[in-house]
Amino acid sequence: MSSIAASPGEVSTQVRRRKQRASIARIGLLSATTFSIFALGVLLWTIGSRGWDWLSWDLLRNAASRRPLDAGLNTALLGTVWVISLTAVIAFPIGVGAAIFLEEYASQNRLSKIIQVNIANLAGVPSVVYGLLGLGIFVELLDLGRVILAGALTMALLSLPVIIIASQEALRSVPLSLRQAAYGVGATRWQVVRHHVLPAAFPGILTGTILSISRAIGETAPLLVVGAAGLITTNPEGFLSRYTVLPVQIYRWTGLAQGEFKNGLAPAGIIVLLVVLLGMNSFAIVLRQRFTTRND
Amino acid sequence: MSTPLPGKPESLAALQRTLRGSAGRHSSERLIGWILAGCAILSVFTTIGIIAILLEQAIEFFLEVSIWDFLTGTQWTPLFKNDQRFGVLPLVAGTAMIGVLSMVVAIPLGLMAAIYLSEYASSRVRSVLKPFIGLLAGIPTIVYGYFALTFITPRLLKPVISDIQVYNVLSAAIAVGIMVLPMVASLSEDSLRAVPRTLREGAYGLGATKLEVSTQVVVPAALSGIVAAVILAISRAIGETMIVSLASGSRAQLTADPRESMQAMTGFIVQVVSGDVSRGSLIYKSLFAVGLLLFVITLVMNIISQWFVSRFREVYT
Repeated sequence: MSSIAASPGEVSTQVRRRKQRASIARIGLLSATTFSIFALGVLLWTIGSRGWDWLSWDLLRNAASRRPLDAGLNTALLGTVWVISLTAVIAFPIGVGAAIFLEEYASQNRLSKIIQVNIANLAGVPSVVYGLLGLGIFVELLDLGRVILAGALTMALLSLPVIIIASQEALRSVPLSLRQAAYGVGATRWQVVRHHVLPAAFPGILTGTILSISRAIGETAPLLVVGAAGLITTNPEGFLSRYTVLPVQIYRWTGLAQGEFKNGLAPAGIIVLLVVLLGMNSFAIVLRQRFTTRND
Repeated sequence: MSTPLPGKPESLAALQRTLRGSAGRHSSERLIGWILAGCAILSVFTTIGIIAILLEQAIEFFLEVSIWDFLTGTQWTPLFKNDQRFGVLPLVAGTAMIGVLSMVVAIPLGLMAAIYLSEYASSRVRSVLKPFIGLLAGIPTIVYGYFALTFITPRLLKPVISDIQVYNVLSAAIAVGIMVLPMVASLSEDSLRAVPRTLREGAYGLGATKLEVSTQVVVPAALSGIVAAVILAISRAIGETMIVSLASGSRAQLTADPRESMQAMTGFIVQVVSGDVSRGSLIYKSLFAVGLLLFVITLVMNIISQWFVSRFREVYT
């Protein structure tokens, strides 16, 4: 582009070269993009080909065991169900409540700004640090011990920022005219929120919550720290039972010396974990589509 | 609405009754407001809780090990009975190696994917490619850790680098890089797409090719968003726990050789809690000192990232 006084021949070779470079770049960029898909494929294939033979109903029914052929995921699956349900029950109302406060109640003052910045920063705190928080407060200070309740409270704190941010986005997308109409006929603030804004925002809130809960299912580090670590062979019976969860069980199996655990049971456990996550995510997508079509 | 709305109050008493009803309504309104505010303020208490717990134990730790020795020591041997040393630099080096090497994977691939998706791909191609990248982001980190340990090291690296160790920094960094790639790609793509069309068309009008428009006009215009995305990705890589504890091993050593095992800060935390550790012991307290350092580092990076977005954002109107 620098040579203004160049001859027509020079210009045309230059243009050709630039066009060539552009088309090579297109191929390079496309292959970089498809690298993700390639990596995903290799990962799934590696795990699928190793774990497939170990998948059986017994794997889901049996408790953990030191003998590979008897070992199963039952205890871990139940632990995951207990911890995650309790996490959802704790985090969902608090998260939605906080989002409603920030979007519908708080004036744009200093306090709400501090809360907002704080939530954004909490979302960036490494999950293992939440584990240390849970260990310090729930396990030691409140002396709950290494039980389901302590794990669920920790996971609830971890999931809250994501639930709040997703719910805020859903609330923000509700048109202002809806609120004004409700206020116009004399509804109070809570009536506006309860009867008009929340129902309209609910699909978005629910989708965000399910996605954040499904991320919690795959979280390993915080639960390792608050004590899901030991070899647990008895099924949990209540909030105060010792427990283990799916990803922690996979972690333990990966670390065992016997090859069957590392090369068979661990990938089989990963397949179960991925199926659970895929199920949750598809559920969220179906839910969202169902609600949006009904709203239209 | 529990109170009937009178069209026209027949008497003063009726009007007063109505108003009393709505006064009750107002006090319950107030209560709901306070409950909701409580939910939001809980997040502030979470932050205070994190800082208080980390500080309390870390201070107890620093009463026994001087903070200077902790920050500048080059020996990390907390599990040695006779020669316990708490110099955190080897752990910091492990974390830094993972952070830097993972970015060698994630930045070029993520940025190229972002440019392709934003500038080149048709909307149909985009709608096919993007969900796959999203899937990659949804895979739990324990799965990446397993992948690094049982595939990347023995199948990918071993044939090329024959003297690589079973536990090594390189495999962990590659896996962390793949893990944060979707984040770099989607955040960068967002900021590339935010660049107004007129800028591109101006460049096309001067005869620029698509590549020239992308790299010389669009990327510079979106640079603040891209830098913010990269910093967030580094912060995520630093806080990543399961991949590094599975693939990078538990030898805390100061080295620049990625073929060797290097323990990261997060890896140390997992190693200790996986064993038996009693409250009040020096190792237990060291968990929180390392956790505090990790918290501070990631917090600073997140703040820098936010600052970048707000400070250098080009405002297009």
